Amino acid sequence: MSQLPALIPTSLILAGLLSLLVGLRSLRAGHLIALTGTAAAFLLSVVGLVEVTSSGQPIRYAVGGWIPPIGIEFVLDHLAAYMTTLVTGIGTLVLIYAPRSIRHESPGKSALTYPSMALLVAGLAGMSITGDLFNLYVFLEIAALAAYALLATGDRAGPFATLRYLLIGAVGGGFYLLGVGFIYFSVGSVNMADVAARLPELVESRSVITGAVLMVLGLALKMGLFPLHFWMPDVYTNAPSSSAGLIAPIMTKVSAYAIVRLMLDVFPPAYFTEAIPIAATIGWVSAAGILFGSIIAIGQQDYRRMLAYSSVGQIAYVGLGIGLANPIGLIGGLLHIVNHALMKGLLFLIGGAIRWRTGLVRIPDMVGLGRKMPWTMYAFVIAVLAMVGIPPTAGFFSKVYLMIGAVQADAWVWFAVIILSSLLSAIYFFRMVEFVFRDVENESDAADDSATGGVTARELEGAVAGEVPPSMFIPIAILSAAVILVGVFNFLIVRALLEPAVAPLLGG
Amino acid sequence: MTIEFFAGRYPYILIAVLLAIGLYGMTMKRNLLKKIIGMTIFQTAIYLFFIQGAFKQGATIPVYSEEFGTDPTLYMNPLPQVIVLTAIVVGVAITGVALSLLLLTYRRYGSLDEDVIIKSMRESA
Repeated sequence: MSQLPALIPTSLILAGLLSLLVGLRSLRAGHLIALTGTAAAFLLSVVGLVEVTSSGQPIRYAVGGWIPPIGIEFVLDHLAAYMTTLVTGIGTLVLIYAPRSIRHESPGKSALTYPSMALLVAGLAGMSITGDLFNLYVFLEIAALAAYALLATGDRAGPFATLRYLLIGAVGGGFYLLGVGFIYFSVGSVNMADVAARLPELVESRSVITGAVLMVLGLALKMGLFPLHFWMPDVYTNAPSSSAGLIAPIMTKVSAYAIVRLMLDVFPPAYFTEAIPIAATIGWVSAAGILFGSIIAIGQQDYRRMLAYSSVGQIAYVGLGIGLANPIGLIGGLLHIVNHALMKGLLFLIGGAIRWRTGLVRIPDMVGLGRKMPWTMYAFVIAVLAMVGIPPTAGFFSKVYLMIGAVQADAWVWFAVIILSSLLSAIYFFRMVEFVFRDVENESDAADDSATGGVTARELEGAVAGEVPPSMFIPIAILSAAVILVGVFNFLIVRALLEPAVAPLLGG
Repeated sequence: MTIEFFAGRYPYILIAVLLAIGLYGMTMKRNLLKKIIGMTIFQTAIYLFFIQGAFKQGATIPVYSEEFGTDPTLYMNPLPQVIVLTAIVVGVAITGVALSLLLLTYRRYGSLDEDVIIKSMRESA
C-alpha cells in the first residue's frame, strides 16, 4: 500500500485530463470520467485513512524513486488523510450535483467545468499530501488556476470578480514562494521533514524568520483572512452555484491547513508563539474577521452574498484555532475545517437547488419556499442549526473545543467573540428561515408556480417530490446527514485523527 | 561603510525595488491591465531572487566534466534553477488566465478601469 499517496493525486489529474479530451465529444462521458476519478480518489483516501489510523504510521512515497530529501516526497499522515478524505469527498458530491445546475446556470460551459473540478480537487489533495514546501506551491497554483476557471463561468460580473481574486491569489502565491526561497537559502532543503530536522540550530536566523513570516502571510492571503477577504463576496456571488459549492467549502480551508502544517511539522514547537508572534497575530485578525463577517452578513439581501460574508467569518474560526496554539484550540480549529466544509457546501448546494427550481437568489423573494420545496428546506434548517452551533449538529462541537481552548489560554476576548458570533449568525440565518417558512399572503403569488427564471414544467418531471432531480437532491441529503453524523461521532474523529496530529504541540 | 553595504547587496536591493514596483502597480493602479503588468513584475522579481541566491562566481553547469573534477563548489546548484523554471511555467499560466479574464471583462463592460466597472456592477445588481 506504499503507492497509495501517489495514486490519489494521479487518479484526479488523469481524470481531469481525460475528461477534457472526452468531454469535448461527449459531455456525459466526460462527466462520468471526472466523477469516477474523484470517487476513486475518495475511496483511496478512505483506505489510506483506515490504514494510517490502524497502524499509527504515516505512509511515505518517494516520487519518481528519488530518495527524499533529494526528491519530492508524499506523506499521508493523520492530518493529510483527514484533509484528502474531506476534499475528495466534497468533490465527489459536487460532481454528482453539478450537471443539472451547470446546464441551468451557465449553459455551454459544462465540458470545461468537470475537468476543472477534478483538477481543483487534485491540487487541494496534492497540497494536503505533499511533504515538500515547493511542491506545495505548485499544487496551490494548480488548485488556484482551476478555481479561477470555475468561478469565471458564472454571471456577467464573474470574470471581473475572478480577476481581482486572481491578483490577490498571485500576491499570496508569490509571498509563499519568496518565503520558500528564504527557507531554502538558509536551511538548504525544501523537504518538510528535512527542514524540520535542520531548523532548530537556525531559529535565531533572521532570514528563517523572514521566510516563515512570508510563507504564512502568503497562505493567509490565499485563505481570505480578514481584512484580505475583499475579493470573496463578489466572487462567490457571481460564481455558478456548483462551483461556489465546491470552492467555498474546501479551497480556503486547505490554505489554513497548510499554515497548521507549517506550525506543527516544519517549524519547531512554539516557534510561532514565542520566537515570532505569528499565532497571536492570526488569532486577533481572525477574531476581528469573525465579528466583521457575521455583522455584514446580517445586512445582505442576496443569499449567496450572505453565505460569502458568513464564510469570511467562518474561516476565521480556523484562524482562531491556529491563534490559540494549544492542543484543544487547534483541534477545534481543525474540526471546524470539516464541519464548516460540510455546512457551507450544503448551504451553497441548497442555494443552487433554489435557483434551479425557482430562479430566486434574493432572500426576501424566498417567502413560501417551505411549501414549495419542503425537503430541501428541511436540509436548510439542519445546515442553519449547525451554523449557529446547536447540538448535536457538527457546528456545536468545534465551537466547544475552541471555547475550551480559549479558556485554557486565558483568551477571554476570543471566548466572547465565539459566543457573540454564534448569536449573530443566529440572527441572519433565522431571518431567512422565517422568510422561507412564512406562508404566502395572497393567493396570486402562491399560484405563480410557473417560476420566474426557474425550470420549465417539462424539466421538472422526474424530480424528487416535485423539487429537484435526484442528482441534485442526493448530495444535499448526504451532506445534511453528514452534518449530524460528524457532530454525533466527533469524538471518534478527534481521538483517532486530530489528537495524534497535534501531538507535536504537546511535546513542546 | 554604506558603499560596501550596497556593493555586496545590490542585486537584492534591485529585487526588493522590483517587488515594490510590482506590488505598487497591483494595488494602486486603477487600470486592470496595469495591475496585470504589476503582477508580472512582481513574479519576475521572485524568479530573480532564486537565480541570484543560487549564483556562484566561476562555477559551471551541474553536469560532470573532466576539467572541473568532483569538487561540488565548482558546480552550480541546479535546484533553485529548477524551482524557477517551474515557477515560470506557473507564472505564464496565471498571466494567460488573467489576460483571458481581462478580455472577457472588457467585452462585457467596455472599460478596463476598476472604478468604472465596480460602479456599473453595483448598478446592475
